[in-house]
Amino acid sequence: MSNTNILYKQGAEGRIFKINYFGKPAISKERFKKKYRNEELDKRLTKERIRAEAKSILRCKNAGICVPAVYLVDFEGRRIILEYIDNSETISDLIDKLTTKNCDESNEKLKEISIKMGDVIGKMHYNNIIHGDLTTSNILIKYESDSTWNLYLIDFGLSYIKSSDEDKAVDLYVLERALTSKHSNVNWFFDEFLISYRQYGENNERIFKKFNEVRARGRKRTTIG
Amino acid sequence: MVISIGFEGSANKLGVGIIKDGHVLSNCRKTYITPPGEGFLPRETARHHQNNIVKLLEEALIQANIKSSEIDVVCYTKGPGMGGPLVSVALVARTVAQLWNKPLIPVNHCIGHIEMGRLITGSINPTVLYVSGGNTQIIAYSNKRYRIFGETIDIAVGNCLDRFARILKLSNDPSPGYNIEQLAKCGKKFLPLPYVVKGMDVSFSGILTFIEEKGHKYLKSGEYTEADLCFSLQETIFAMLVETTERAIAHCGSNEVLIVGGVGCNKRLQNMMDIMCSERQAVLYATDERFCIDNGVMIAYTGALMYSSGFKCKWEDTFCTQRFRTDDVEVTWRE
Repeated sequence: MSNTNILYKQGAEGRIFKINYFGKPAISKERFKKKYRNEELDKRLTKERIRAEAKSILRCKNAGICVPAVYLVDFEGRRIILEYIDNSETISDLIDKLTTKNCDESNEKLKEISIKMGDVIGKMHYNNIIHGDLTTSNILIKYESDSTWNLYLIDFGLSYIKSSDEDKAVDLYVLERALTSKHSNVNWFFDEFLISYRQYGENNERIFKKFNEVRARGRKRTTIG
Repeated sequence: MVISIGFEGSANKLGVGIIKDGHVLSNCRKTYITPPGEGFLPRETARHHQNNIVKLLEEALIQANIKSSEIDVVCYTKGPGMGGPLVSVALVARTVAQLWNKPLIPVNHCIGHIEMGRLITGSINPTVLYVSGGNTQIIAYSNKRYRIFGETIDIAVGNCLDRFARILKLSNDPSPGYNIEQLAKCGKKFLPLPYVVKGMDVSFSGILTFIEEKGHKYLKSGEYTEADLCFSLQETIFAMLVETTERAIAHCGSNEVLIVGGVGCNKRLQNMMDIMCSERQAVLYATDERFCIDNGVMIAYTGALMYSSGFKCKWEDTFCTQRFRTDDVEVTWRE
């Protein structure tokens, strides 16, 4: 490993460094001590999340979902080393870029992405993986060539394995809120996503019903004081 | 120059405040305090407000040293809140608006907190953590709305604190949260509690169930003291709030955090948020109990902003609603 680690991004979860891992470009995600948090609690959460991340990535990989490969899990060093996804950007950045253009071509592209996203998330839920933090910042688009691209899911720190519709529905709800709050100008994006998501598996219709319940819970909550 | 009077009574605090161009002339408040182990119920709270509002109004006018004729606009809380208390206060606002022949402006309670926080702290475009007895929301402004990025998916953080205090039979004077905060300072032993964060959303109901089931057992056996439980509760729920706020500011690339709402007075919460902010080169803005806790001035100020931006309300639309989302309001007074 080289010593020339470059701070790539400071996420909410930790610092992300771009490193060279035995000749391969890699990402080291270091969950540094959160000083605001009680030490015991911090230790517990960090361990849980590193474990969850490694576990869900493997499970996704087995299911044929594009995710970065896990190179190293290091509980002592509070870090996990993952494959660097070259030639990629976050969906969040891409949406911002495309919506400022706002031409037919970019809308077409956005639609394609939303459909693919429905497919990928559908597959993930079909395999009972709950992401826990689905946002447009946690989905990468990787350009394989000029015309082909794939969607990569990242940031599985809050993920877990569960088959319940409720948990999958909350996952969708988190994504919807992330979309509508950050990209309020493309409301149709989520609708397209949902159409594609519902087509993925037979259970997804049931999850969709549950999702409407979760949605109503949020919107109609009595908020007092 | 706008002189505005605001009436607030959506929960157990009754407030009347007068503000003149962002300068507070008076800020009077009376809190309905229930015995230990009991919460406030709508009917009793409404009666409390009915019995005190006229006196409080007189007090506010005297303190501000102005005559009713000098007031330009009357504002009241339209919601969200408890039906009975809301209506009792709105009735007085409607009455004085007609007596004095002034326009009447209905204000969203949550927006009131945000605008007051911005005024007092001078923050420009903060990511807002709004934490109170009925609300837990992480809010940021975008495209004419205060958008909700994260919120509780069940009970509010203040509600969790209040009910926790009820289980331990802590005093409600001046507020259950304050007494938990004081006790927590003596707590040492950390009890692991359910920690539920889903993206930018949080959930508190599991903690409450956990304490309900096991709290008394731990106290009896002496394994944990009351102070330990308060300490563990605060550390856990505040860590959840700070974590989700951090996620929100990372998501929107913001560098200001503003805490508003009653729970926002908690020094430990402010301290934890401050540590998080300084690690990210962000700035924390918080206010003290005069403006964190529900008050009339915040309603007066927000109403004045609405009024100055040309907002008008038909008389038949000056009603109350228990459910009124923060993102339902079009923000006409901000760029």
